[in-house]
Amino acid sequence: MNIHEYQGKALLKQYGVPVLEGIHCTTVADALSAYDTLGSKVVAVKSQIHAGGRGKGNLLNPDNGELVMEGGVKIAFSREEVESYASNILNNILVTIQTGPEGKLVRNLYIESGCDIAHEYYLAILVDRENKAVLIMASTEGGMDIEHVAETTPEKIHKITVDPNVGLMGYQKRDLGLALGLSGAAHKAFGKSLTSMYTMFMANDCSMLEINPLVRTGADEIVALDAKVSFDENAEFRHKNWDDLRDLSEEEDVEIRAKETGLSYVKLDGNIGCLVNGAGLAMATMDVIKLYGGEPANFLDVGGGANEEQVKTAFSIILEDPNVKGILVNIFGGIMRCDIIARGVIAATEALSLEVPLVVRLAGTNVDEGKAILAASDLNIHPADDLAEGAQKIVKLIGGEA
Amino acid sequence: MAIWIEEDAKVLVQGITGKQGMFHADKMVEYGTNIVGGCTPGKGGQTVDLQGNPFPVWNSMFEAIEATDADATVIYVPPPFAGEAIMEAADAFDTVKGEGVVVCITEGIPTIDMVKAVAFVNNRPGVRLIGPNCPGIITPGDNGGAKIGIMPGHIHAKGRIGIVSKSGTLTYEAVAQTMSIDEGQSTCVGIGGDPVNGTGFIECLAAFQADPQTEAIVMIGEIGGNAEQEAAAWAAENVTKPIVGFVAGATAPPGKRMGHAGAIISGGKGTAEEKFEAFEAAGIACAKDPSELGAVLLESLKAAGLR
Repeated sequence: MNIHEYQGKALLKQYGVPVLEGIHCTTVADALSAYDTLGSKVVAVKSQIHAGGRGKGNLLNPDNGELVMEGGVKIAFSREEVESYASNILNNILVTIQTGPEGKLVRNLYIESGCDIAHEYYLAILVDRENKAVLIMASTEGGMDIEHVAETTPEKIHKITVDPNVGLMGYQKRDLGLALGLSGAAHKAFGKSLTSMYTMFMANDCSMLEINPLVRTGADEIVALDAKVSFDENAEFRHKNWDDLRDLSEEEDVEIRAKETGLSYVKLDGNIGCLVNGAGLAMATMDVIKLYGGEPANFLDVGGGANEEQVKTAFSIILEDPNVKGILVNIFGGIMRCDIIARGVIAATEALSLEVPLVVRLAGTNVDEGKAILAASDLNIHPADDLAEGAQKIVKLIGGEA
Repeated sequence: MAIWIEEDAKVLVQGITGKQGMFHADKMVEYGTNIVGGCTPGKGGQTVDLQGNPFPVWNSMFEAIEATDADATVIYVPPPFAGEAIMEAADAFDTVKGEGVVVCITEGIPTIDMVKAVAFVNNRPGVRLIGPNCPGIITPGDNGGAKIGIMPGHIHAKGRIGIVSKSGTLTYEAVAQTMSIDEGQSTCVGIGGDPVNGTGFIECLAAFQADPQTEAIVMIGEIGGNAEQEAAAWAAENVTKPIVGFVAGATAPPGKRMGHAGAIISGGKGTAEEKFEAFEAAGIACAKDPSELGAVLLESLKAAGLR
């Protein structure tokens, strides 16, 4: 789960990491009064969306797609400029390298005081899956695309791995600060901020905390100029405040509804809907559809113990996508029994008066009962014995190559 | 022989009085797993009825292991408590007998909890953690066998193919594929789809290589991370038995989590393409379609003079 920069900065501030004064706005009038309140000559006017690359993005008119303004983050030197930038940003579409060509509608804005920057650094805390530990990464090359830095000048990225049994050690913070070339007051301030960030990361079950740039000011202070924070959804049960931080307008509505019913759904661009049990098998089903010349319309994992109702919901979610021309159901029954799935499929196709071709592949527990139930129905269901046969059948039925 | 779990291994169930725990404990007993009891704090002294017989419940894993000399435990504890359940089991095995296998089925454990739990387990070298978010481990036997997890037992048979996979249902698919060419399994290990887990591919490959019963290996990966690439490089140097591989997620879009918490292509890394390339570079025979794993395995067995 991602949150906005302004929310991330509020959290950082709460944990004692210096951030600039800023105000969250949703209208141009708000932005102007924020400018007046901040009393800073120079302010940053920042689009708030759940994607990076905002500064280099383009704002487009949502009605005709015409370019409104280049750059989703602007430095304003006057009240007039704030008004102009805010109106160019709000309710327009921001397209960045991370949003895809469809971009994201900007509903939120952050007006932030200016800052005297002496140097920009990069800092990130994340879970390193290979080392199974929390990793802190820092670089003197702040404000840039870190993946580019990692590829071209890997020696400029410094890493420390935190032992979860002992936590972040003083020497690790000192070493990292020295590696960044910090000294004196700035070195000390960096160590203090790093402790605060690590504490915030652990206490909030973050999966990522990225500050790019983290800056040293002319007065040798360390300030977080940006904040990209995401949380580990598995830990939602112990963070009641996440409900307030979650911006549902930034998430795919249908993916949220799927999740609420215990399904895992990701929409894709193809035309063959998939309904599968198990994440690995669901991915493999998409892959095999593609292998036989089709294009999957979605990833959908109904989980290990789906009931008739969930199967029905899964069908209705798949069918919401107008591109879907056919559906492949692929179930390897373990805990889940094939006869239950077969009944669910029949109930769903009847209730939704399914019109697109349906191929059902069943295997595993109670497979014979499941197949018998499907065969006995007068619905137009095409059975398949294995995944390859199922994929070939559905591709052929919708008029593809296979 | 098999790996880590013998056919007659003595197994405890953590969360045995819960709905999931009791359901699967019953299925394990039905399969023939030597379940010796379970653990649910606060319910010590009770018994649980599995397949018509009473099984004892203890308050703590220390008590349970002391009383039963168990070899392994399987965890069906809900996510908020599962990290601690792993640590309790690891501590108890280490203290009471210096060794043990901890299998965690639970899906949805916070990653930070797993970082702590894995570090805790790694400080106890005699203890092995399998999972979490996995189907478990099964060693099919002559009469039943040891099914420790949620996999459908009846699809398996004792044999010479070792299977290791991140995914549950794809493991079942692989099992069915071995059966389709009249091959059984030595041990099948589901290592789980979480970003931070216990036993990895390399440990499984090393154990299969050392196991005299295992003569060939099926390895199934998925997008996210680089465990498959590292395992392939390791296998090229260290495994002489034939390996057949598949990687799920060739069509997965970047930046999207595909069901499993760990199944995500981030920063362009962890793609199926990379992993297939690593497999092929290591001499692993790849199937591009899991329905062809059987055929590819048969070819590999023939090439190795095993068929």
